[in-house]
Amino acid sequence: MEIEESRQLTIDGEVCQVPAGTTLREACLQVGKEIPALCWHERLTPANTCRACVVELEGSRTLVSSCSRMVEDGMVVHTDTPRVLHARKGVAELLLSTMMDDVNAPELQKLAQATEADPAHFRVGETLVQPIRDDNDLYVRDYSQCILCYRCVAVCGEDAQNTFAIHVAGRGLQAHIDTGFDRSLPDSDCVFCGNCVQVCPTGALIGKTEWSLRQENEWDEKKIQVTETTCSYCGVGCSLDLHVLNGRIVKVTSPYNHPVTQGMLCVKGRYGYEYVQADVAHLQGS
Amino acid sequence: MVGSNAAEAHPIIFQHILRGVHQGAKLVVVDPRATLTAKRAHEHYALEIGSDIALFNSLAHVIIRDKLQNQSFIERATTGFAALQAEVTQWPPERAAAITGIDASRIEHLAHAYASAKRAMICWTLGITEHHNAVDNVFALINLALLRGNVGRPGAGLNPLRGQNNVQGGGDMGALPNRLPGFQDLTDAAVRNRFELAWGVPLSPKPGWNQTQMFEAMADGRLKGLYVIGENPLESEANSHHIERIFDKLDALVVQDLFLTPTAERADVVFPAAASFAESEGTYTNSERRVQLVRSALTPPGEARDDVWIVQALARAMGHPWIDKSAEEVFAEVRELAPNFRGITYARLAMAQGLQWPVPHKDHPGTAVLHTRLWQDPVDPRVPFMPVDFSPPVERPTVDYPLLLTTGRRLAFYNTGVQSNVYAHPHNQGEQVEVALADAERLELTEGMWVRVTSRRGWITGPVHISASLPPGVVFLSFHFPDQVRTNVLSIDATDPRAGTAEFKAAAVRVEKWSPSQEA
Repeated sequence: MEIEESRQLTIDGEVCQVPAGTTLREACLQVGKEIPALCWHERLTPANTCRACVVELEGSRTLVSSCSRMVEDGMVVHTDTPRVLHARKGVAELLLSTMMDDVNAPELQKLAQATEADPAHFRVGETLVQPIRDDNDLYVRDYSQCILCYRCVAVCGEDAQNTFAIHVAGRGLQAHIDTGFDRSLPDSDCVFCGNCVQVCPTGALIGKTEWSLRQENEWDEKKIQVTETTCSYCGVGCSLDLHVLNGRIVKVTSPYNHPVTQGMLCVKGRYGYEYVQADVAHLQGS
Repeated sequence: MVGSNAAEAHPIIFQHILRGVHQGAKLVVVDPRATLTAKRAHEHYALEIGSDIALFNSLAHVIIRDKLQNQSFIERATTGFAALQAEVTQWPPERAAAITGIDASRIEHLAHAYASAKRAMICWTLGITEHHNAVDNVFALINLALLRGNVGRPGAGLNPLRGQNNVQGGGDMGALPNRLPGFQDLTDAAVRNRFELAWGVPLSPKPGWNQTQMFEAMADGRLKGLYVIGENPLESEANSHHIERIFDKLDALVVQDLFLTPTAERADVVFPAAASFAESEGTYTNSERRVQLVRSALTPPGEARDDVWIVQALARAMGHPWIDKSAEEVFAEVRELAPNFRGITYARLAMAQGLQWPVPHKDHPGTAVLHTRLWQDPVDPRVPFMPVDFSPPVERPTVDYPLLLTTGRRLAFYNTGVQSNVYAHPHNQGEQVEVALADAERLELTEGMWVRVTSRRGWITGPVHISASLPPGVVFLSFHFPDQVRTNVLSIDATDPRAGTAEFKAAAVRVEKWSPSQEA
């Protein structure tokens, strides 16, 4: 057995020990300090894009992102100085300034409330207007809700799916998620696993069924019942959470802590459930 | 990975494999096609269809010739090394190269790469088992793993990736002609006796028939009644026209399914069944022997009922006083009778997100790695090497049938399409006859052109897709769209005598231009 090395650091005046390889954010959580984060996701490599998780590190000129910075011996960290709180508030206000609404972005809402952000603060500025991309029957892309967290890019790439169908294109204000030459999804390399939809924190990527029901004001989170079961397709045994609304499956996700899926599904597991609720006329036609 | 397109057929397992690759593992794919899986590999060995044993025996030849075998493991845990050595001595790389189409130097390289790995796993799928010599193919792979002691250790092993949600669980529960629940041997009197006591009926010690044997019995009139549960053999079995003829000979056909499939359409009685994963309670066992819960989220439509309910109601209708048991109550009986499942309860399955059998008692955590006993003393029994000889596919290309058809899956679809043709996938464009570039040029075919594919058993028509992933001489079809293309009209029902698996991976065919107007 390897002997686990430990690191000592000071968080808001409290001295603590953590194993080597712990991030600052994890270390803060261990002493009861919850640091907000938007782009960070338990299943993905940190992208360091949102800056919501910044903390003040003594000796460092800039604030550091706690989700990716590893603890080193002797670090002295402050999590709630005016400088830190001001930076986080700025992050929230800038992100809110580009979003048309935040109803489907609970993590951002939470950050805005915690930092007392003013959503209108930067609304006077220019923003990249993008049409809703509704080009297939499985999921819709509404990039007016996108905060460029890179989660979809990471999950489509090496962190899970290894399809590499999307990336961030353009710079500055023009930065946006692109399928390569702005092709439609069916014409792109996308295989419709929907893992990007599962990790999207804002509803910029949303299942077509959920999107349509929301359009018709029929999506009611409180009425949805979730049942954990196992996929009926291949022999991998993926755990499925079936989200059922009014007697119909309207969404399928998978728990991140499941040993088989770690939250990820293929297109059949995530979208191939319609056969249990197809209407008879459709089946007779097939 | 041998004969496995996991990137399309087992996408989530392939994510785990690629995570290993990103952390430094080396991935080698052996497959006639340049599949999506092969494209992600460090090395791809595009062997001739059905030449697997020539390759594996030659790899064993190089390992033994260069003294790279794990001699201490062989001496402690195996028998029959001399016999293996005698067989593979006849397989120098030059001989295998002529059969597999893989350069001798690459065979040497692969043998050295496998032998130099501290841990190496071999995964396979139907590219190995859908052959007339399926069992020999698997033995040849087992020989390789035993030579290097790549069994019974984490990160090593032999891993057949299961193709269906509960094909493992079906076997677990005794849906095999010679097994009782928990893979217990029907011919063992002590085993049988425990089941007879529990069930209160005598059990025949004679193993039943596997599916292939049933079909043979249907053909010659020894089997007159068939009860088909959740399967669509009219479209999924090899040589469909022959299957139609033998189904016509039945006196009684009962089909239990979610839908009125072409098989169900022929039935005398249809039992409408609930969809197991969303409308019933129970368990599946996955490819890594993980027993997992399925739970009901929806009410089944109309008269559809849970499979467990139907089987019990049928037993009562036949005069047996079965009391109505839930799936969990049936599982409790399995725990009593099958030692591998003794420690599994529904409560534990819910807590632990599934348990990998064997789970011999209620505090046992489950078994992630099998065969660890081979590294403990004493090793009893030892594992035998099983020397096997090469035998080519039953059908070879001829003047009349110059191409080889091989079949497989596509990512977004599944088997005969009963489930996967219902949802609105953007790439659901139906079946395409995949033809290699060189063959398309020779036959003057262009993309989308309609062709007829003919084997000795029948013919189908469909649009051509010129595929860069195929070697010359190979045609590829899935069988996901039987309403449009009945692929299995073409496939050959030459089967492995021990496993009963048909050679779906190799049927001789010819491809010709076809105009839809000719159909009339």
